[in-house]
Amino acid sequence: MSIFSLYIVNKSGGLIFQKDFADIARLNTNDALMQASIWHSLHAISSQISPLNGCTGIEMLETSTFSLHCFQALTGTKFFVTCAPRTTGVESLLRTIYEMYSDYVLKNPFYEMEMPIRCAAFDLQLVVAIKGMA
Amino acid sequence: MPPARIPTGPVTFSPVEKINAELFTLTYGSIVRQLLIDYEDNVESVNVQLEKMGYNIGVRLIDEFLAKSSCSRCNDFRETADVIAKVGLKMFLGVSASVTNWNAEGTECSLVMEDNPMVDFVELPEQYKNLSYCNMLCGVFRGALEMVNMKVESTCVRDMLRGHDAYEFRLRLLEVLQDEYPFKDDE
Repeated sequence: MSIFSLYIVNKSGGLIFQKDFADIARLNTNDALMQASIWHSLHAISSQISPLNGCTGIEMLETSTFSLHCFQALTGTKFFVTCAPRTTGVESLLRTIYEMYSDYVLKNPFYEMEMPIRCAAFDLQLVVAIKGMA
Repeated sequence: MPPARIPTGPVTFSPVEKINAELFTLTYGSIVRQLLIDYEDNVESVNVQLEKMGYNIGVRLIDEFLAKSSCSRCNDFRETADVIAKVGLKMFLGVSASVTNWNAEGTECSLVMEDNPMVDFVELPEQYKNLSYCNMLCGVFRGALEMVNMKVESTCVRDMLRGHDAYEFRLRLLEVLQDEYPFKDDE
């Protein structure tokens, strides 16, 4: 599978969901939280330092070993995935994940907004969506 | 740069899963009825409670709306009101509204609906004539817009259940909230 992991960050920069899909070195919880906050800040800074108006933040980060694609909803929630370089279809995957979030997470009345996501249905649908990409 | 596409109402309405309209009307009616029983017919408290419930719905509904309609960022309040009336209401209630009565600064407008599935078959008895039956919808507007950084106030001004000729909701933009970035700890 070319998708390595998914992170969902709430509008205040806290990590609310993290899942690894490939056999890669796993970050421990603290490191994952830190990584999410760092990304949140970088994303915010990028729209501030942009030389052009109307910048909505970093959408893709490319390195030699992985790529990071990020999607920020208009409500401030960020969805970002790390994947193998030159993976295609990641943008539409992020949109699909956003739709699944709006269905399986937000419509769960016991899910508290901005809190960590613990919804089994969301996990299941995610695995289906990611497998569909490979 | 390609122009921003505002999707049309019917385009977003067709693929969305539908439910039986009567189930919706009955469910909403039983919520209102139960609230009246719980608050012992105190109409003002019920109005407040309906608005709060609507607020909680709105904060969650906005993400679904944005995900399914792939709407781009609105440039001003006028566009926002248009999107709510033509796309949002159509997507979730199956009816669209018209936007009228703008004030001079462009911060207040009215959403007018001729038809409202929430109130099918409903008749308000005399003792509840001050009940804002559709107040939940006012709360939904407030909750949804707050999540996209717009603080609004929404009230029901015309209500066919009270004898008027249409359903009119007044939307007032109080302020546009800026994103807060916790960069400076020494402030």
